[in-house]
Amino acid sequence: MLKTLVKPVAPNMYRYDEFDAQFVSERVNQFAGQVARRLSGELTEDQFKPLRLMNGLYLQLHAYMLRIAVPYGTLSSKQMRKLAHIARTYDKNFGHFTTRTNLQFNWIKLVDVPAILRELADVEMHCIQTSGNCVRNVTADQFAGATDEEIEDPRPLAEIIRQWSSLHPEFVFLARKFKIAVGATEKDRAALQWHDMAVQIVKNAQGRVGYKVMAGGGMGRTPYVAHVMHEFVEREDILAYLEAVLRVYNQDSRRDNIHKQRIKILINTIGPEEMRRRVAREFEELKRMGTLQLPQDELDRITAYFAPPKFETGLSDVLPDAGPDFANWAKTNVHKHRAPGYAIATITLKTPGQVPGDATAEQMDVIADLMDQFSVGEVRVTHEQNLVLPHVRKQDLPAIHAKLKELDFASPNAGLITDIIACPGLDYCDLANARSIPIAQSIAKKFEDLDRQHEIGELKIKISGCINACGHHHAGHIGILGVDKKGVEFYQLVLGGSGAEDASIGEIMGPGFGEHEIADAVERVVNVYLKARQPGERFLDTYRRLGMAPFKDAAYEKVAA
Amino acid sequence: MLTANRLRDGDVLYRKGDGWVPMLADGDVYKDAAAAEAALATATAELIRNQVVAPYLFEVREVGGRIQPVKEREIIRAAGPTVHPHTGKQAGQVNA
Amino acid sequence: MTKLIKSGAYAQDVFAPVADDAALPEGAVLVSLARFQKEREALLGRNTPIGIKLQSSENPEVLGADVNHFSLIALEFPKFRDGRAFSWARILRTRLGFTGEIRAVGDFLYDQVNYQHRVGFDAWEVPDHFTIEMFNRALSEMTNVYQPSSDGKKTIRELRAGK
Repeated sequence: MLKTLVKPVAPNMYRYDEFDAQFVSERVNQFAGQVARRLSGELTEDQFKPLRLMNGLYLQLHAYMLRIAVPYGTLSSKQMRKLAHIARTYDKNFGHFTTRTNLQFNWIKLVDVPAILRELADVEMHCIQTSGNCVRNVTADQFAGATDEEIEDPRPLAEIIRQWSSLHPEFVFLARKFKIAVGATEKDRAALQWHDMAVQIVKNAQGRVGYKVMAGGGMGRTPYVAHVMHEFVEREDILAYLEAVLRVYNQDSRRDNIHKQRIKILINTIGPEEMRRRVAREFEELKRMGTLQLPQDELDRITAYFAPPKFETGLSDVLPDAGPDFANWAKTNVHKHRAPGYAIATITLKTPGQVPGDATAEQMDVIADLMDQFSVGEVRVTHEQNLVLPHVRKQDLPAIHAKLKELDFASPNAGLITDIIACPGLDYCDLANARSIPIAQSIAKKFEDLDRQHEIGELKIKISGCINACGHHHAGHIGILGVDKKGVEFYQLVLGGSGAEDASIGEIMGPGFGEHEIADAVERVVNVYLKARQPGERFLDTYRRLGMAPFKDAAYEKVAA
Repeated sequence: MLTANRLRDGDVLYRKGDGWVPMLADGDVYKDAAAAEAALATATAELIRNQVVAPYLFEVREVGGRIQPVKEREIIRAAGPTVHPHTGKQAGQVNA
Repeated sequence: MTKLIKSGAYAQDVFAPVADDAALPEGAVLVSLARFQKEREALLGRNTPIGIKLQSSENPEVLGADVNHFSLIALEFPKFRDGRAFSWARILRTRLGFTGEIRAVGDFLYDQVNYQHRVGFDAWEVPDHFTIEMFNRALSEMTNVYQPSSDGKKTIRELRAGK
């Protein structure tokens, strides 16, 4: 394939200064030292494990897995090309975009990791705190900076939180992982209420911008939706407030049972009211101390990095007519942009039959070209394992679509039933009980027909290979949980979950279905919806109206026969 | 049988005698619990801290003359990911 | 065997650890919270320095106004994963205004020493093989920091602003 020479564009995103660069570089040296001490035996595996986890390195079923941070899902074309290079050079030519908008490589060698980290540092990337019992990657709306729905771009605050939490000396040995998300719209595309802590940018009655802070959401064994901790934290106080929450969590969480050590357990044990009281106490003190105050000029300084690109004016605001394939794709994968003549384009990495969220090195390189040519050098990773080109001219959409078709990434299914989230599952993960990717593939194949997909409409299927719920099955309209029943893979259905602003925890239907039955069971459930729905109802709405019973009856009817 | 990962590159290994081999078919099968536990203990006590990591025992059975793990997880671990059949030991990608 | 590193140098440990049921010797003693709560008057009445050793589940706030009667507060790391003592040290230095020695004892890693130093530890009970060179190296691996802590180190934000 002849490679078009595309001039790289530097997007409007945070750029390291010499301090950031030095920080990442020293961190790489530090980890290189730890690797050396591990290889020499000076560090045991038990001692090394938390250290390597805090540099994103897992030991999985087949090999080491390295998780690279993609802060608030934003990548430049230069970074994308570097990821492609790493896939080619150190892995098996592909990577996986995750439900926390990071990128994972599955076949990494421990001895290569320092070199990989140095390569990443060259393009202002790192693996710091992508695992371990610490604050993880801060995520945000994938349409940030491009949508007209937001009060302001949530990413400057996400960047400020990222820096504040990086190697925070008090919080690097928390009871468990701690995930933070930032939002700025009413429509929640970042699953805020499912996070350990979330900040929603809001306006008060006087029109002043401030922050609503929620805490205690989480997936896993015991799913919870977050509680509001504070309705309106003033801008300059936000870091003091976040620190207060972290401190109460670090001090008061259990440490005796690994399944009871997330903040959701603490808040639901002592109650949100008591949690708010404890946090308020720390908060008042931290505010008085003053060292965490966030001055407006610092917020402005960081915000300036994310200034929107110069949008052209006088462009056609009409969606081009480019044939039926393009029209289908535009129906689901093109979204409204704040600037006239522009659009937001979703690249679903979910072509039926593909591994959800995976991209080869070649595909990454072509996407980097698309980024430069059509999207001011920028792409976003979504927590639904897709990509977004945030700033494209409407008139360029057909060319983009044509290119995506060549890549086999042009599936017109964003938000539809075949836009499935699946964790790596037993094919890759050391923790899994069952495979999830083949299930996603079989369901996607079954519902491949586009007319049928549109008839069904919005239906979010999420598949986890074990109770750790990395596939977010608790938040699926239809969630699927893989379990091990006497050595055989079974799949439980969970209905009615939501990761949006109407957050809800899915309800477990009952006994699991076998590997070859689950897709049919999903089909029977979907058919109940199609028969019973009222005008305007999505699957989720019909489920909420009818409850589990009719769906359960239908799902098991075939099995009973 | 006893399995572990090679420390330096994470490759899956199987115990054979005093050493390790990359393919399950070449590994030792322990016919009773005592032998298996002894093998695990030796492997753990060795300076495996520098060679391999996370050793553990798993069950196998004979199926049609071939040794095969009982659990799906170990089958996948011995062969490679089912969704990427061109990768892993199933595709001959074996580091000695 | 262990040794003490305090303020960046090897130091003699003058505090005698005393079991809950053992008689108190002359001189500086290190007792548990339980013992202190039981024999507070007696212990405070002595003319010699007192040290208290807190377990990771024991919030130093419980010491209340007594906190600066102690010359030494030893914070236990039962397992290096248990990071509560990082917060205990931090609030000892801030809310409780403790100015004495905060000593890290128990199971902690070389790789945690820098974080401990930042939040307010100034002494470490380390295994014999742990040298001052290692200690200094631990503190120097990361030149700059993003967030303020008890060490008063200038943050990257302050450095950027030329402060």
